[in-house]
Amino acid sequence: MVAQNVFFGIMALVMIFAALKVVSTKNVVHAALWLVVVLGGVAGQFLLLGAEFIGITQVLVYIGAVVVLLLFGVMLTKASLGEEADLNMPKRALPAVIAALMFGVMTYALIDTFRDTELPRESVTNAAAVSDSIFADYIVPFEAVSVLLLAALIGAVVVARKE
Amino acid sequence: MLLVQFLLLSSVLFCIGIYGVLARKNGVMVLMSIELILNAVNINLVAFGTMTSNIAGEVFALFVIAIAAAEVGVGLAIVLLIFRNRRSVDLSSIDSMKG
Repeated sequence: MVAQNVFFGIMALVMIFAALKVVSTKNVVHAALWLVVVLGGVAGQFLLLGAEFIGITQVLVYIGAVVVLLLFGVMLTKASLGEEADLNMPKRALPAVIAALMFGVMTYALIDTFRDTELPRESVTNAAAVSDSIFADYIVPFEAVSVLLLAALIGAVVVARKE
Repeated sequence: MLLVQFLLLSSVLFCIGIYGVLARKNGVMVLMSIELILNAVNINLVAFGTMTSNIAGEVFALFVIAIAAAEVGVGLAIVLLIFRNRRSVDLSSIDSMKG
């Protein structure tokens, strides 16, 4: 248990630092690479929670596909690869206040409600259990997601193609 | 492990993502911040699923991952279209629908 908590703490600190870099760095490509650190940390947290299939999917889909897509977006919109001065809104105090306020409210509510809730010790869910659940209980949402992915694919092609 | 440590981590990531969405000017950077928000939600779903020993949390986290992939695809297509029409992805200059 101690080892898990130490691992959680290290990963959480790295993730928070990387997330702050994502929203503060002046270089678009560096932001995408810091995002990889955050997404990898999230995959580690999933493994720590015993959700092995989600952890692997996170690495495959997010680090493998979404980040590459974002980097393509950076390239196709001709962002300069070096530092860029004009990346942030001129007034950033209000967003920071809003985010801090939300964090304060959520922290208070979470600590107030779940202060002593322990997670179960042995709770690894394997891929077989997840797939059983998807293809039995959640087959309708699963099919809806597949239609949504097809619609998003066609929509993206239609929107992005030249006349 | 306590449940609240995962929930607090996810709320930190969520608020950083909110700040990024509001403070960034570049369309691609806003999409990156949205990915931060969606990942925070996923940590929450899996943590609550583990707490209640219910597989539904993980299944819905998978659905969120699939929808996030669709969202970033369509979002980037829109950003590319804006870039093609205006030669910039500066979101503060997109105000033609402002009353």
